[in-house]
Amino acid sequence: MKRENIIEVKDLTKKFGNFTANDKLTFSVRKGEVFGFLGANGAGKTTAIKILCGLSKPTSGDISVVGYDVYTQPEEIKKNIGYMSQKFSLYEDLTTAENFRFFGGIYGLKKAEIKQKTSFYLQQLDMENARDKIIQSVPLGWKQKLAFSIAVMHEPDIVFLDEPTSGVDPITRRQFWDMIYNTAREGITVFLTTHYMDEAEYCERVTILVDGRIEALDTPMALKKQFGGSSMEEVFVKLARKKLTVDG
Amino acid sequence: MKGFIIKEFHHIFRDVRTMIIIFGMPVVQILLFGFAITTEIKDAKIAVLDHSKDRATREITNKLVASGYFLLESDLQSYDEIEEYFRKGDINEVVIFESNFENKLKKNEQPSVQIIADASNPNTASLLTNYTIGILSDYQQQISGGKKQGVIAETKMLYNSELKGVFMFVPGVITILLMLVCAMMTSISIAREKELGTMEVLLVSPLKPVQIITGKVVPYVLLSFINAVTILLLGYFVFGVPVRGSLILLLLESILFIVLALSLGIFISTISKTQQVALMISLAGLMLPTILLSGFIFPVENMPVPLQWVSNLMPPRWFIIIIKTIMLKGVGLAYIWKETLILFGMTLIFLGLGIKNFKIRLE
Repeated sequence: MKRENIIEVKDLTKKFGNFTANDKLTFSVRKGEVFGFLGANGAGKTTAIKILCGLSKPTSGDISVVGYDVYTQPEEIKKNIGYMSQKFSLYEDLTTAENFRFFGGIYGLKKAEIKQKTSFYLQQLDMENARDKIIQSVPLGWKQKLAFSIAVMHEPDIVFLDEPTSGVDPITRRQFWDMIYNTAREGITVFLTTHYMDEAEYCERVTILVDGRIEALDTPMALKKQFGGSSMEEVFVKLARKKLTVDG
Repeated sequence: MKGFIIKEFHHIFRDVRTMIIIFGMPVVQILLFGFAITTEIKDAKIAVLDHSKDRATREITNKLVASGYFLLESDLQSYDEIEEYFRKGDINEVVIFESNFENKLKKNEQPSVQIIADASNPNTASLLTNYTIGILSDYQQQISGGKKQGVIAETKMLYNSELKGVFMFVPGVITILLMLVCAMMTSISIAREKELGTMEVLLVSPLKPVQIITGKVVPYVLLSFINAVTILLLGYFVFGVPVRGSLILLLLESILFIVLALSLGIFISTISKTQQVALMISLAGLMLPTILLSGFIFPVENMPVPLQWVSNLMPPRWFIIIIKTIMLKGVGLAYIWKETLILFGMTLIFLGLGIKNFKIRLE
């Protein structure tokens, strides 16, 4: 089955002074895919995701997201993507329903739509009794699930998740992945970063970033075969070590 | 946009500290400045060392006490006591009459009165001696039967005939509070979104930076405006501070100043990453200069020249002139267009800087 590409990146480079955070990244993401960026802290995952979302300008490279160019059409891109940042990013002093209302509002959803979506997601998450609770009083795992629902409530083409599961307990992480799969099934492309190796196994395709460079990109299965590891963790360690010996 | 403003109001109304700063502070400050910090003198304790004890000295002493400024604490008997009374801190001033006072007065021999004041508080001391001299010369005129001798100075205190401190503080407090609420609260609330990560989400959304900024500041414009009006009302009804000029002009100028303070706040928020930093910059960069350099408490004319230059850069300095002129002198725009223009220019500069920096943050 041939699917069209929704993100195309060629030679993306981002420099901060002398430091190169992203070094000539080239990859493409297919529509409806669950695409993972795997790497240690500081490998350049967040920098890359910020560039794709239009939060940060690349130093050089050709990049298109949802068919729009990041240099000239950032506004069009913004309308068609959802984003969940590394930090927890709902308003702590608003209630669940107020957060839905606010974020729905800034994406231009109608009042009735927002109401209907709020009920839909709360029901799906089995959190109807938290509707009028201040977010602060809601447990972290629930908050993350809410943040994800809010990131996709305007039905974007792609949703970017920057380390969505850091600091969340294993059960919630499992549920979170169920949500990610459901979203992908609805046709929304999921682009996520993670430093959990086991999560890399859940992705359709994985890019391994080491020091701002792409060291490998393929399905978890193929990567394990290629680098002769039984798990993604082994693959990653091998790649990171190879890097060390080359440098050393 | 509407949703944004509603959300901002939720933030404000749900945070006790914010509420206290916005609504508690104006009232507390105006009452504090109005009642507690006062430059007027009432019931200052004095002692009299009377070497002649005749009709004239008694009359003068009575006149001093009757003025309401002084309370006669004790009659001293000798010079030795003076030092002791001052050391104990019981009295602020001693008035000494030489002997044969009345006789000399009648013979036109110019008897002398010595006034000794406790100048460990210089302002009070000079005020007290001035009052005393005033009362003495008044008495002199009285006994000479209104015959004018030499040069008689008649003073009239225009615009604030009773020299009430509140007249000075109400404009000052309005200025400080508008500065504080607008600049500090907006810079903190924008910095808070940065710190908590919600700013990223806003920037990824289709909202334009201008919309984000507007959404953040509109609630503070409204609240600051309400604040300014509250202080004016308090000043008027509690302390009798009048608004002699055009109220509409006063409110318009206030709005101009509010917008200026807001643009300063936006500018501060673009250079600070956390709420703490925003708070520190606002306090050190705005609060203190507003109080010290704006001419609110210390007259600009008395400052060293370099500080006067710095003072020219302080927006509050010009606003205080404007607001005092309108409230106390009751004149119109013709007399304050220069200051208004300066505020206007400053607003444009800070707004420009703020928006430019805000955009750079995006990239």
